[in-house]
Amino acid sequence: MSMTHTSFYEETHTVFGHHKNKFLQWIFSIDHKRIAIMYAIVMFSFFAIAVVVALLMRLELFSPGQQIMGPDTYNKAFTLHGIIMIFVFIVPGIPATLGNFLLPLQLGARDVSFPRLNLLSFWIYCLGILVLLYSLFGGGGSADTGWTFYAPYSTNSASNVVSALTAAYLLGLASILTGLNFIATIHRLRAPGMGFFKMPLFVWGLYTTAWIQLLATPVVGITLIMVILERVVGIGIFDPAKGGDPVLLENMFWMYSHPAVYLMILPAFGIASEIVPTFCRKPVFGYHAIAVSSGMIAFLGYLVWGHHMFTSGQSDTISLIFSVLSFIVAVPTSVKFFDWIATMYKASIDFKTPMLWTIGTFITFIIGGLTGLILGAVGVDIYFHDTYFVVAHFHYAILGGVVFLMFAGIHYWFPKMCGRMYSEKHASRAFYIIFVGFNVLWFPMFIAGALGMPRRYFDYLPEFTIYHRIATVGSWIFVAGLLYMFYTLYRGWRYGPIAGPNPWNATTLEWQIPSPPQADNFGTIPYVDFMPYEYIEGEPVHHMDLSVKEDVHHG
Amino acid sequence: MADTAYEPEIIFDKQGNPHEVVDWKHDYEGSKLGFWAFLLTEMMIFGTMFFVYSFYLYQNNADFVHASEEMNRLLGGINTFILLVSALTMGLSLVKLRNGHVQTCKKLIWTTIILAVIFLGIKYTEWSIEIGHGFYPGSPTLDTLGNGTKLFFGLYFTMTGLHGIHIIVGIGVMLWLLSLINSGKITSTNFVVLENTALYWDFVHIVWVLVFPLFYLIY
Repeated sequence: MSMTHTSFYEETHTVFGHHKNKFLQWIFSIDHKRIAIMYAIVMFSFFAIAVVVALLMRLELFSPGQQIMGPDTYNKAFTLHGIIMIFVFIVPGIPATLGNFLLPLQLGARDVSFPRLNLLSFWIYCLGILVLLYSLFGGGGSADTGWTFYAPYSTNSASNVVSALTAAYLLGLASILTGLNFIATIHRLRAPGMGFFKMPLFVWGLYTTAWIQLLATPVVGITLIMVILERVVGIGIFDPAKGGDPVLLENMFWMYSHPAVYLMILPAFGIASEIVPTFCRKPVFGYHAIAVSSGMIAFLGYLVWGHHMFTSGQSDTISLIFSVLSFIVAVPTSVKFFDWIATMYKASIDFKTPMLWTIGTFITFIIGGLTGLILGAVGVDIYFHDTYFVVAHFHYAILGGVVFLMFAGIHYWFPKMCGRMYSEKHASRAFYIIFVGFNVLWFPMFIAGALGMPRRYFDYLPEFTIYHRIATVGSWIFVAGLLYMFYTLYRGWRYGPIAGPNPWNATTLEWQIPSPPQADNFGTIPYVDFMPYEYIEGEPVHHMDLSVKEDVHHG
Repeated sequence: MADTAYEPEIIFDKQGNPHEVVDWKHDYEGSKLGFWAFLLTEMMIFGTMFFVYSFYLYQNNADFVHASEEMNRLLGGINTFILLVSALTMGLSLVKLRNGHVQTCKKLIWTTIILAVIFLGIKYTEWSIEIGHGFYPGSPTLDTLGNGTKLFFGLYFTMTGLHGIHIIVGIGVMLWLLSLINSGKITSTNFVVLENTALYWDFVHIVWVLVFPLFYLIY
């Protein structure tokens, strides 16, 4: 493919003026690809911080009693871990990084609908992080309420809750703007001929996610503002002394935050739907079912928030209704899994690293998802509520589901972003180490939780020692694997062989342009009258070179 | 409605039929769609507030009705009227611009700004009166009254305050609009920013039309 094109690393469009300085060229760039990479850099820096905090918590739990941190420090540590991992890392996570980079490429567009708004949302995101840093080091000490900010403790705690809430609000605002941008982009900038049911499934994941970002995030935004007002002027809405109801906060918080879990997983499912057909060399089984099930999960996600509050004293009828609705979410999710498995059936699967990550996720996410059903059952949840069982379920679903698929996506699109390939040998070994470490780390927590180990305690009874010991050892394996993986990717970025435009023989539009792409993505916009995953006899049906402006069409 | 110099990119399918490639720089529909999506988020924000209001109204009906008598219906009524007129002037400014009457359009936007400022002035007076009577969150007067009354005033200051912030933002946006018109970036053929601002202003006045009866007229 043409080497005459300069990639987006060399030239870019900025929001104003022409800058000589490389750094200014980046932070003022309105190119969705550069914004995606800036997001990724900031996001993974904070991911590393939150991992270190988690490692220290596990170290504290290696033995009963107090070792390296006392109860108050431990409360602050898990709050910090939660706020960073949820609001800074995983909520913006896939949409802001891989989504930003790939959405216009997969649609055949030259950018998102509002590139300047895209840059603004990145700045708001950074501002939110600065406020969060202030909440850590400002007087009063960092917040110790847990990332859920439950009243009445959040309205009374002497720590820096207001700045932590403000940070969460700003990060939420950035996420809303990203969602808004994606909805407009998907509705307006699809290449001619590409109907909704010709879009790649990753785009479907981003589309349904964008609707959750748009409609659910404002609810938590105004809720956080009301907690701030409660603390600053005492409006009384969450204060029982003034007739307010703290459980109302829980309701409003989960009205957003439960859809938010699906907001995290839907684009991740989209990544799986890209990787499975590519490495099976087959059209995906049940394209429409996968697309529509994303919409069903997003819709049902709004109706299940009450399953977080089975022990809050809400009426039994409501609990049963929420329980049934929660079970129903498993149906569209299973549709996706059966479709992926059906795609793999009788395929000659190419077990490259992205596919390894995806299949690994199928195992861990099924454990995470099915234990979710256990927790969704009212009677059992009364027993398991606020135990390590919940912690293990959540990490199996979010880390073993969303983050693993994000890693799958990073390995899949790495050659497209960098133009170079990582070492397959080292990348797959890193996967196995992380996979083993992950299960050693979290599986014992299911057992500890079932035996009654409560979450958020810095200390525990001696009979839980063995589970905590195994988990802590697992955390070391896990972190060693992470370091190995990132080092392998770094080596690939600096010294890897040139990857070429389409190293995986994939079919979607982003693989029909050079790696890394040029500033305006496409020379020629194609007319899309074909499905996204068309293979015949294991070979892609369409080969196109869309990098140059041409009047003649290629096959 | 992009500027006239813009030539859309055309591509052809296999049958040779032409198709226009939508360019984000010249996408009137996209700008409208994005703004409607933004209004949806605003709707969810105020919707949540109305949800909280109805939850507490249901629990403390008698206290809410009683507290509503403290509201100044004359000032609130005048404000409602002012905001409705300002929505009219805002809408007319768009009509005038589309018909090419730029000067009239600017006068109408200035009128809207002045009406919005008057609205805020009256709102300030009302708040002062209520705070003067000792009705504000955490006040000694409220502490002697029932829980419903405390919640009523907590919600009143929160919701009218949130609405007031939207008015202030609206004034800022209108001043920005005027500078865009002066520098020729908004014209009779390229008016989507003004159109979206008019939508925003309509939304803000509709919120007030709902807030007004909930606090002033339920006694």
